[in-house]
Amino acid sequence: MSLNKLTTVDRRDAKLALAHIYVAFIALLLGGLAGLLQVFVRTGQFTLPAGIGYYQVLTVHGVLLGLILTTFFIFGFQIASVSRTSGTFSDLQRRLGWIGFWLMTIGTTAAAVMVLLNKATVLYTFYAPLQAHWIFYLGLTLVVVGSWVGGAGQVLRYVQWRKENKGSKEPSPLLSFMVVINNLMWLVATLGVAVSVLFQLLPWSLGLIERVDVLLSRTLFWYFGHALVYFWLLPAYMVWYVIIPKVIGGKIFSDSLARLSFILFLLFSVPVGLHHQLTEPGIDGTWKFIQVILTMAVVVPSLMTAFSMFAMFELRGRELGGKGIFGWIRKLPWNDSRFFVPFIGMLAFIPGGAGGIVNASYQMNQLVHNTIWVPGHFHLTFASAVVLTYFGAAFWLIPHLTGRKLTKSINNLANISGILWAIGMTIMSAAMHIAGLLGAPRRSDYSEYGGAQQAYDWIPYQIAQAVGGTILFIAILVIMYVVVKLIWFAPKGEEEFPVGDVHESSGPTPPLLENFKLWLVILVALILFAYTVPLIDIISNAPPGVKGYKLW
Amino acid sequence: MHIHKYEKYFLVFGVGTLVAFLIILGIGAFHQGSHPNSGKKTLDYEKVKEIAPFDNPGVHKVEGKDWDYEVVILASAFYYNPPEIEVPLGAKVKFIATSEDVIHGFEIAGTNINMMLEPGYVSEYVAEINQAGEFLIVCNEYCGTGHTLMHSMLKVVDPNES
Repeated sequence: MSLNKLTTVDRRDAKLALAHIYVAFIALLLGGLAGLLQVFVRTGQFTLPAGIGYYQVLTVHGVLLGLILTTFFIFGFQIASVSRTSGTFSDLQRRLGWIGFWLMTIGTTAAAVMVLLNKATVLYTFYAPLQAHWIFYLGLTLVVVGSWVGGAGQVLRYVQWRKENKGSKEPSPLLSFMVVINNLMWLVATLGVAVSVLFQLLPWSLGLIERVDVLLSRTLFWYFGHALVYFWLLPAYMVWYVIIPKVIGGKIFSDSLARLSFILFLLFSVPVGLHHQLTEPGIDGTWKFIQVILTMAVVVPSLMTAFSMFAMFELRGRELGGKGIFGWIRKLPWNDSRFFVPFIGMLAFIPGGAGGIVNASYQMNQLVHNTIWVPGHFHLTFASAVVLTYFGAAFWLIPHLTGRKLTKSINNLANISGILWAIGMTIMSAAMHIAGLLGAPRRSDYSEYGGAQQAYDWIPYQIAQAVGGTILFIAILVIMYVVVKLIWFAPKGEEEFPVGDVHESSGPTPPLLENFKLWLVILVALILFAYTVPLIDIISNAPPGVKGYKLW
Repeated sequence: MHIHKYEKYFLVFGVGTLVAFLIILGIGAFHQGSHPNSGKKTLDYEKVKEIAPFDNPGVHKVEGKDWDYEVVILASAFYYNPPEIEVPLGAKVKFIATSEDVIHGFEIAGTNINMMLEPGYVSEYVAEINQAGEFLIVCNEYCGTGHTLMHSMLKVVDPNES
């Protein structure tokens, strides 16, 4: 790099990033506890105390882990990444970050209070016509608006870098580029859910309008919902593409392929939401199928990523003297938690991705739709591949930001948490997949379904889920111990923020890849293509709207 | 942009497989007619009990159609009407269902009959019943506290056995 050598995150930016990370790990602990209670209840041997409802706990689990842990950790990581690779934030950019943080935190608290008061037991997807308290919707709105404000701070820092480096032959910093892609995707996707909440659910829960168009609100939710999962995934990909090479002493396999894969994720994130609605009435089958094809396009950047990762591993393993077809594998730094824990995540992504193809496969979806196979699937993709990568990043990011060291003993504990996670999740997720194929529904309290034989056949798998879930909760406790150590107690020192260099054979990066205007135009065109006709159909054929129900 | 030779082979193979897979799905859908529920009909969910066919839920034998039976189901929190369905083995059955309140699921466990039921929309699916036995019907979309109390049973009887 010809520019000022940035190696550490500025103290003030570090404080902002850490604030986000604290909230994320509090959410992990509480959300994990909710998950533990769920698997216990589903064994049939345990009832929740003090009149707490199963679906209340399930709402807590989904909101805290799916919406709060993710958004807050992602922002903490992205703020640190932009500050590290593009440069220290300006006062304005940092202020935007803090405003965003407080909006999101206030929103989270408001929504959480409503869930705890049992005024919003609508699960984290809040499908109408189940109607939560208006403060719940307002809280989620604040989380989204806060994420826009905070995201703007990150994007502005990147824009500033581009301005300062006009005419430079060097491509923009890869990690910052990826952060900007993720923020753009988030902005475009959240527009859908924002329209639904602001114009439908919020006024409806306030009594300003009596009825809502249920199918429209679901379609707007899923316009957002699938991009949401890519919003979780892309920061994990940032770690895989940019951080891991440096951790293992290798080089980024290809700068342009990394950028291209992020652009493809951006393009195929939003115009695909109908694949969550394949068994729904009121949407034309042909348009469902078109969105299935657009969904499957994501296989391309996924394959590119898989190749880049393993190519990079092999290059490094051979550099270290690995011989033969598989000899290089032994040479990788397996005892380094910054590599090992995310690597477990990468492995989980292989069956996770394969299961995802089944889910999105039009007719095949009928076999698994809304069965517990689906949570089994996203506990591999999201709750293993993505979160293990977040943890692997936290193990160096937190000490980097707090000015401490990841010591050998903490590193070993971190590795143990990864192994526990792998064992617990293998048991739990496999049991969920099998029970799902046998027809067991997701999002369901313990039930014997009037003594039906099929329902009895599901129970052994529910017990297996409790075993796996318990091991996972122990893993969470170990991770919390590691995190607390790294925040307050680890020895003072300097922990590296690893950012990989690009391999010599990577070749120059075409400027086209950095042309955001072009990619945004293509994204909007794809969205218009995929959604215009279905939305016109849904609106023009709509039956009378539906009043709110509170059935919990 | 430089792409490694092996990566090119890998991508060509991967994308080729994907395209073949999508073609198979497409043939299944548009040539053999295997579509999930995409019911087009709408109604007023508050008057659904007065509107045919939901004024008369149950199993109905029909003549002159592509299917032998129509099974009409009205779902509400937390109940299916009818609470039990009996059809003969080998029958071709059209399931016609809707919800009179919130969103429910209609899943016959162990089969590929699986539809979302939404207030105001009619969900439809035609299936050949080619296996005898009892199949549990469950609501697979969270609908409130009594969600798992909501179930029904499909009984497929072999006329040659009784």
